[in-house]
Amino acid sequence: MWEKIKEFASEFFVTGDPLIYGADVTIVLTLIAIVSGLTYFKKWKWLWREWLTTVDHKKIGIMYILAAFLMLFRGGVDALLMRAQLAMPELNFLPPDHYNQIFTTHGVIMILFMAMPFMFGLFNIMVPLQLGARDVAYPFLNSLSFWLFFSGAMLFNLSFVIGGSPDAGWLAYPPYSGTMYNPGVGQDFYIWGIQISGLGSLMTGINFLVTILKMRAPGMKLMKMPMFSWSVLSSCIAIIFSFPILTATLALLFLDRYAGAHFFTLDGGGNPMMYINLIWMWGHPEVYIIVLPAFGIFSEIVSTFSKKKLFGYKSMVWAMMIISVLSFLVWAHHFFTMGSGADVNAFFALTTMLIAIPTGVKVFNWLFTMFRGRITFETPMLWTIGFIPCFIVGGLTGVLLSVAPADFQFHNSYFLVAHFHQVIIGGVVFGYFAGLYYWWPKMFGFTLNERIGKWAFWFWNIGFYCCFMPQYVLGLMGMTRRVVTYSWDKGWWELNLVSTIGAVLMAIAFLFQVWQIVDGFKHQAKNRDTTGDPWNGRTLEWSIPSPAPVYNFAVLPNVSRQDEWWEQKQSAGAHQTIKQKLEPIHMPKNSGVPIVMSAFWFIAGFGFIFDWTGFIYTGLAGVVGCLLYHSFNYDTDYYIPVDEIERTEAAIRKVNI
Amino acid sequence: MAESQTSEQILQAHAHDEHHGHPDMEEVRTFGFWIYLMTDVIIFGTLFATYIVLQQNTDGGPGPADLFQMGGIITSTFILLASSYTCGLALLSMHKHNVKGLISWLAVTAGLGAIFIGMEIAEFNHLVHEGATIGTSAFLSAFFTLVGTHGLHVLFGLVWMIALIIQLAKRGITPVTKRKVNVISLFWHFLDVVWIFVFTVVYLMGVS
Amino acid sequence: MVPSNSHQTPEGHGSFKSYTIGFFCSIILTLIPITVVMNDWLEGTWNSVVLMTAAVLQLMVQLLFFMHLREENKPRYNLISLVLGLVILLVIVAGSMWIMLYNMVAV
Repeated sequence: MWEKIKEFASEFFVTGDPLIYGADVTIVLTLIAIVSGLTYFKKWKWLWREWLTTVDHKKIGIMYILAAFLMLFRGGVDALLMRAQLAMPELNFLPPDHYNQIFTTHGVIMILFMAMPFMFGLFNIMVPLQLGARDVAYPFLNSLSFWLFFSGAMLFNLSFVIGGSPDAGWLAYPPYSGTMYNPGVGQDFYIWGIQISGLGSLMTGINFLVTILKMRAPGMKLMKMPMFSWSVLSSCIAIIFSFPILTATLALLFLDRYAGAHFFTLDGGGNPMMYINLIWMWGHPEVYIIVLPAFGIFSEIVSTFSKKKLFGYKSMVWAMMIISVLSFLVWAHHFFTMGSGADVNAFFALTTMLIAIPTGVKVFNWLFTMFRGRITFETPMLWTIGFIPCFIVGGLTGVLLSVAPADFQFHNSYFLVAHFHQVIIGGVVFGYFAGLYYWWPKMFGFTLNERIGKWAFWFWNIGFYCCFMPQYVLGLMGMTRRVVTYSWDKGWWELNLVSTIGAVLMAIAFLFQVWQIVDGFKHQAKNRDTTGDPWNGRTLEWSIPSPAPVYNFAVLPNVSRQDEWWEQKQSAGAHQTIKQKLEPIHMPKNSGVPIVMSAFWFIAGFGFIFDWTGFIYTGLAGVVGCLLYHSFNYDTDYYIPVDEIERTEAAIRKVNI
Repeated sequence: MAESQTSEQILQAHAHDEHHGHPDMEEVRTFGFWIYLMTDVIIFGTLFATYIVLQQNTDGGPGPADLFQMGGIITSTFILLASSYTCGLALLSMHKHNVKGLISWLAVTAGLGAIFIGMEIAEFNHLVHEGATIGTSAFLSAFFTLVGTHGLHVLFGLVWMIALIIQLAKRGITPVTKRKVNVISLFWHFLDVVWIFVFTVVYLMGVS
Repeated sequence: MVPSNSHQTPEGHGSFKSYTIGFFCSIILTLIPITVVMNDWLEGTWNSVVLMTAAVLQLMVQLLFFMHLREENKPRYNLISLVLGLVILLVIVAGSMWIMLYNMVAV
């Protein structure tokens, strides 16, 4: 009996690597600390009522961003491990199979479990406030989306200590990701982790599309909407039409592995190239999904800190809409080398180059907005200014890659690695940081230390160029993506060492950011944002107190112009409160169903991964049960009475004065 | 008709009164469901693309012409078409505030859906007995996945419809149950449309 | 569509007549391709063209008579999203066919 358990455990848990034992210990210790802390301070009920079951978009947004930061840490550690292995030639720091796992999880986590939740967090916190709405269109669904993402992310991360990590690259190309070459459970963790969180992403896409189209404040025509909301709309369109492709494609890969189907296998008539074709139909729109909201954030910040109306509002809107549709027409540029004919490659090279045009329009709009503006250099604006040159270089190397014949040289080299890191870090990550710094006072009600923020900014930027510029050269010198090591005689080691130093600088920058946040919470009483409008903002979110009360707007605003709040401040003097009759506010009730249903999804996913039918049935039955329970529950909302609104508003004002 | 119009107006006005200054939430929910249907269009589109690309890859195994028994398929097609019609009749009853009619037409729709599912299970059973399983060839993998996904949707719709019938019996026609009936009827017509394309692309083109 | 706004469009939900017409149209549009295929009337491209035309027409019938797409209020988000969805559907199917079936040099 004991032998059997031991045998099972050695299969079930990942063994034999000090890194992983370290992770095991850390996980157990952290869990014990969290559980005992919550019990000691009697916070369980508070946690359940205020956070786990909340349907308030502002709290859900904060949870998303917290999760994204944790994932940024994990993905960043992966990156440092890789850079450590590549710092010098012929190192044996990570064995090849472990190295494969690390670059796989680094990619998946950074795109799907860091960038996506960070983006959804910003959506959640800001879109309803910018639109003058009380909540998103479907608050229940919103909570469900978050918990599905969370379940998926936890499932994926579990593979590090249980069963083994996936190792077939961030897009898991077959046949290597099929059972023939990858019989372990790692790829199943990959499939179910992404599948479950992907459901959440899809629902968030629907939720915010409908919120933007149907929930805007009275008078806010689409063409008067803040630019960030426009960018969210364009991103949601791409989510709605691309994430289903991911769901279907991963389901097919799962059937290959689980049911012995032959979609992408080498035998039985399967065709692995079909997977590559399908996954990039999602994969390419995906990168635009994450970068479009960053464009929106930059537009808001540029306009606010230049004290000028955004230049070329209409062209900006059109550029984003065109990008979001064009992003569906370029996918084959990821596999020019697959063996398609000249017609296909020429077509997709052309569409890829076309996308550079609307992107260029946007860059000029930002520059013209700054032109002759009264620019101030707070951290959000710094990130924006850091972004522009970085993204231009990243975009231009992208145009180089889009030249199909040249791509045969660049394909899967470090040139490509440098390119996509430059657009994703320089575009997406810088953008979300800018957004986080910009909206932080609105989220938490206090401002952050600018000095530490500037240190973080400079470390990030210098680290970035130091890390990735050498990689372009390395790519041209012939260093290929995903190599675990290289020999001395290649002549690559100097540049690789510089690159590793850059990675370390970025890690230090991250520490600065953590310090900045901890420092902010410590001194929050001193730095309270009493005005609700610390940057002299232009859009509606700055017209309400920070942090926003649960119902956001005591009286729904009436909008008649772009930059409504700015115009109000210009015409009537700041902070004029218009006396309006309060009415009871209709609000959604908290619900425990989302977290419970997501837990059942987790159980079902775990069952599918290990092929434990008991888990599968329990999980799926639980999911259906939760759906039915929710369908039969008609007691889903309540009213906040007028006197309570009055009391809340008075309390906020008292603190504020 | 005129009378039902006025009572409906009152209902509408009342619903509007409740959400003063807000968009009509039931309308917003119906719209969201429409967007969900668009995502489903893409899921089926991906499965169709896969089927079309892989359908020639029978790996020496049986092809469409060897396997499909068109009699049963044609029957089940007409059953699904009829269920789409009865679902429309259920909606008509609802707009006449006829709860009984609404529930019975929904029940007929669900019954027809159940027959459709039964026939599909029988067909799959037959294929498996012929030795044509999901693991036989790429063609059959794609076939079972495409047709099976549609079947799963119908099954899901069935469970949902039964749940809705119970709610209607308990609560009658309210703005909320009304929206739910509208939404499920959209779903049901949508599944009918998908089936028409499955029928055309997989079966008719397969045997011709 | 969006039946909850029906009080603005009196015929918003269709009538018994329109549902029945739709039903008959869809039956006829199903019978045509069945007859064509079962009697082997057409071959190759023409066969596919006739079958797909019948299917697309039936899609229109369902959208107009059963899903009431015509009766949507402005702005017509339902129609816009449907058109966009169908375009992308076409991109997925036609694009895959083009890349995977008709333009491979390395088969």
